[in-house]
Amino acid sequence: MVSEATNTRKKSVLWDWLTTVDHKKIAILYLIAGTLFFVKAGLMAVLFRIQLIAPEMEFISGQTFNELVTMHGTLMLFLAVTPLFFAFANYVLPLQIGARDVAFPFVNALGFWLFLSGGILLSISWFFGGAPDAGWTSYVPLASREFGGIGIDFYVLGLQISGFGTLISAINFIVTIINMRAPGMTMMRLPLFCWTMLITSMLIVFAFTPLAAGLLLLMLDRVFDAQFFIPGEGGNVVLWQHIFWIFGHPEVYILVMPAFGIISEVVPAFSKKRLFGYTSMVFAVLIIGFLSFMVWMHHMFTVGVGPIANSVFAIATMTIAVPTGIKVFNWLFTMWGGKLRFTTAMHFAASFVPTFVLGGVTGVMLAMAPVDHLYHDTYFVVAHFHYIIVGGIVLGLLAGLFYWYPKMFGHKLNETLGIIFFWVFYIGFHLTFFIQHILGLIGMPRRVYTFLEGQGMDTMNFISTIGAFMMSVAIIILVINIIYSALKAERVTEKDPWDARTLEWSTNTPIPEYNFAQTPQVRSLDPLFYEKIHGNGEMKPAEPLDDIHMPNGSILPFIMSIGMFIGGFGFISFHMDLFISPYVLIAIGGITFFGGMAARSLQNDYGYNIEKETVESMEKELS
Amino acid sequence: MAENLNQPFEESAMNKEEKRKLNREQRIQVIAFAFMIGITILAFLAVGAEGIPTIFTTPFILLLALVQLIIQLYYFMHLKDKDHGWPSSFMISGLVLAAPMIVALIMLLGVVKY
Repeated sequence: MVSEATNTRKKSVLWDWLTTVDHKKIAILYLIAGTLFFVKAGLMAVLFRIQLIAPEMEFISGQTFNELVTMHGTLMLFLAVTPLFFAFANYVLPLQIGARDVAFPFVNALGFWLFLSGGILLSISWFFGGAPDAGWTSYVPLASREFGGIGIDFYVLGLQISGFGTLISAINFIVTIINMRAPGMTMMRLPLFCWTMLITSMLIVFAFTPLAAGLLLLMLDRVFDAQFFIPGEGGNVVLWQHIFWIFGHPEVYILVMPAFGIISEVVPAFSKKRLFGYTSMVFAVLIIGFLSFMVWMHHMFTVGVGPIANSVFAIATMTIAVPTGIKVFNWLFTMWGGKLRFTTAMHFAASFVPTFVLGGVTGVMLAMAPVDHLYHDTYFVVAHFHYIIVGGIVLGLLAGLFYWYPKMFGHKLNETLGIIFFWVFYIGFHLTFFIQHILGLIGMPRRVYTFLEGQGMDTMNFISTIGAFMMSVAIIILVINIIYSALKAERVTEKDPWDARTLEWSTNTPIPEYNFAQTPQVRSLDPLFYEKIHGNGEMKPAEPLDDIHMPNGSILPFIMSIGMFIGGFGFISFHMDLFISPYVLIAIGGITFFGGMAARSLQNDYGYNIEKETVESMEKELS
Repeated sequence: MAENLNQPFEESAMNKEEKRKLNREQRIQVIAFAFMIGITILAFLAVGAEGIPTIFTTPFILLLALVQLIIQLYYFMHLKDKDHGWPSSFMISGLVLAAPMIVALIMLLGVVKY
């Protein structure tokens, strides 16, 4: 390759991935890490579904059950779904807006490594006296020093560190979208995935701050014997619930919004129609984002905050159905009369719509405060949010995976295996969770590790577990598909294998490190499709071909994250018998972290230039 | 280019228009600063002076604090200037989101300590 001639010396592969600041490589790091956590959390779910396959099973103990349930929820929400969406966002977002990279490449790498070190810190809790066991919500007093085990310290510090990573990545996305759009790409020509990522990032900025504050208070309580959440000492336990759900409700939308975006990209591409009601879609996303902050109390109807507060928040919650309905109808109208192609991605996108609606309908049922007293803490709630999270978010993720796979890895996934995967997964999902609505209505409580015989729950729990097995089989089919396609599938060399509409499909495959040799000139919504109709099918350049300035890689993000990890472990080890003092660990971690920051501030790193001739020869080689 | 850098400049590189703008900005900063000191003194007076009831003092000081905040953000931190639309809108949406939360928390928890 010619590029290495300009790029000093050739690096080893491992060193390259540890130091990379290229958004495409960081995206793949996110994808791998997110998938690992996803599989891990899924296996935990299978384990506790086996425990619930029959009445009075003794497959795992109640303590292990609590730990598995807690870790399943925490891993799925914080360490699987968010990074998987960040993977797609990192890869696709700069391409869709016609940029060479995200706004702050170094910060982008730091965000990933912080997320990973927080995730690992959370995961090693199994080896130090047990995982967190107070539910993913970690309600006090169950999570206080008096009642909760050492695992909760790992929960607090692990989430705090990975939360930093998420927060700085989100800020990075906001700046990228606002400042780095190609000429002609106005806000109202932004692809919907970019819009949803912008709103998601805003939600992260406004929601992860309360979470960080809450976790800090809990840490002070647990590690330094403060009493924010200890009623006997003048604290207030309901305060934790408020702070947690002020974060926790927007978190649901942080997860589901990018899925909305992916569906809004996939559906038009495979319907060969522009997205119906683009403007209303944008405003629906904005309104959902705003409302998601004003409804946190609906998680706490049974706490006893009084009828007026319950009514206000019940009505606010139901209001969210209006913009969501707008979105659903827009997707339907996009498909209506379109030239539909049922690829695997379209299978996922099309099935997303009715499944998500089902989840939404039970959401409105739960939003009715008086009836919520019946549903509260039953499997009905479990069924509801899994219809949103699996039937909405995971289907969206898989649609995105099949859709963007050729751009990311240079070959398509096998379509036949993909469609088999889809049906096994989809049927397994409904088997697992539809029946849980009924289980909940007849009164099966959630988070309870076994149930008694003869209460009419035996068959339904059995079916639910079989469904969970089917979903695992489906994931195995996906893995086979990925390996099979990597070995056998034909390389995709054309730029646009799906006949799609947005800018990411106007780049060469594989994408060179600078993305666009010349920044494209955007003339419409769906710019690539506009050029196919009104131009020659190629984006017009907005600037002359010139030297391209790229940032240098850096090992500092990795080192700083190790510093955070050690420091975080130090705070946890206050209540452990280690051979080393916690103060020493905190000092080492702090010096590593702040030393990394200082090194970054003091070094003069101007990046490097890819010369015009190199760009020209690379472009010729690829096209 | 580089070898000229250590020689003294004979006159400012700014033109008349830029100088005028800079002067105006400076004047605004000084006036705003004086005004802020003024309302700080008012706040101290409201607390210190006898005969002013507490029921008046508390909302009055809070109002002054709000004015201070706005002047701080818009005049000292330049949110009023051009191309600050995005930071402004983020600040405002942050306020719009946080204000009802704080009010709701105070009302719902029923713990009001001041």
